[in-house]
Amino acid sequence: MSPYSPGTRVRARPGDPAHHTRVPVYVRGHVGEIVECEGEWPLPDDRARGITPPRVETVYAVRFPARDLWGAGAHSVTVDLWESYLEEVTTDGP
Amino acid sequence: MGHDDLPVAARVRRLEERVIAAGLTTDGELDAILDDLLVNASPVNGARMVARAWTDPGYRETLRSDANAAAAELGFSTSGYRLRAVENTPAVHNVIVCTLCSCYPISLLGPSPGWYRSFAYRSRVVREPRAVLEEFGLTLPDDVEIVVWDSSAETRYLVVPRRPEGDLPEGELASRVTRRGLIGTAAI
Repeated sequence: MSPYSPGTRVRARPGDPAHHTRVPVYVRGHVGEIVECEGEWPLPDDRARGITPPRVETVYAVRFPARDLWGAGAHSVTVDLWESYLEEVTTDGP
Repeated sequence: MGHDDLPVAARVRRLEERVIAAGLTTDGELDAILDDLLVNASPVNGARMVARAWTDPGYRETLRSDANAAAAELGFSTSGYRLRAVENTPAVHNVIVCTLCSCYPISLLGPSPGWYRSFAYRSRVVREPRAVLEEFGLTLPDDVEIVVWDSSAETRYLVVPRRPEGDLPEGELASRVTRRGLIGTAAI
């Protein structure tokens, strides 16, 4: 079962791995909110490295306020992220 | 110069020969995929889904809860990805992008427009969607919230635009829905 329910605050993994990944650079290290679960899918980081079988993880739609990403903007951006790209945020401060 | 003489055609053919030689696929499988994608792929498909949702509350519910099932109900293939329909309302406008590459539900929207794959669209629409939409000729009231969906994983998005005014039949409604409307860069 997936541990993140809608509304949970999560931080996208910061940093740049040495291999292929699908965490867009602009959300790395930023905090968003789980919108919904998208089911389980093979992890592209493993597939790109030829790791068989690849890890299969839950993917989540995570919503980030534009103001946090860009310092301005009233819109939001929803990004689809595999579970290991995320960590739960329990406090407000870093 | 014929299509087969183009340098890109030769490169594609060499690539095909390598993946076939490696046992990853066959000529027949490639042909079937191309037929499915390029012969049947059209924004008319997405438009029919939207018009059905506008006129049939039961179908609209299916489209909201399981968009793959809604596509299948009209005979459209969406294999290999999760389809998610995002509905525009008077308060919320949705727009889709793939910032990492050009993910997009080809079978329902047809081949993607060049601008959808451009660096300019992909980098700007997540940062300043209101300005980008203005450049497409779509001016939204200030109080409309814009939600950008970045297709960075295995979900493909389809925008359900707001239904035009007037009591039009389903077929007429479908003919008004454009590809840009289904991406979220135009109103219908």
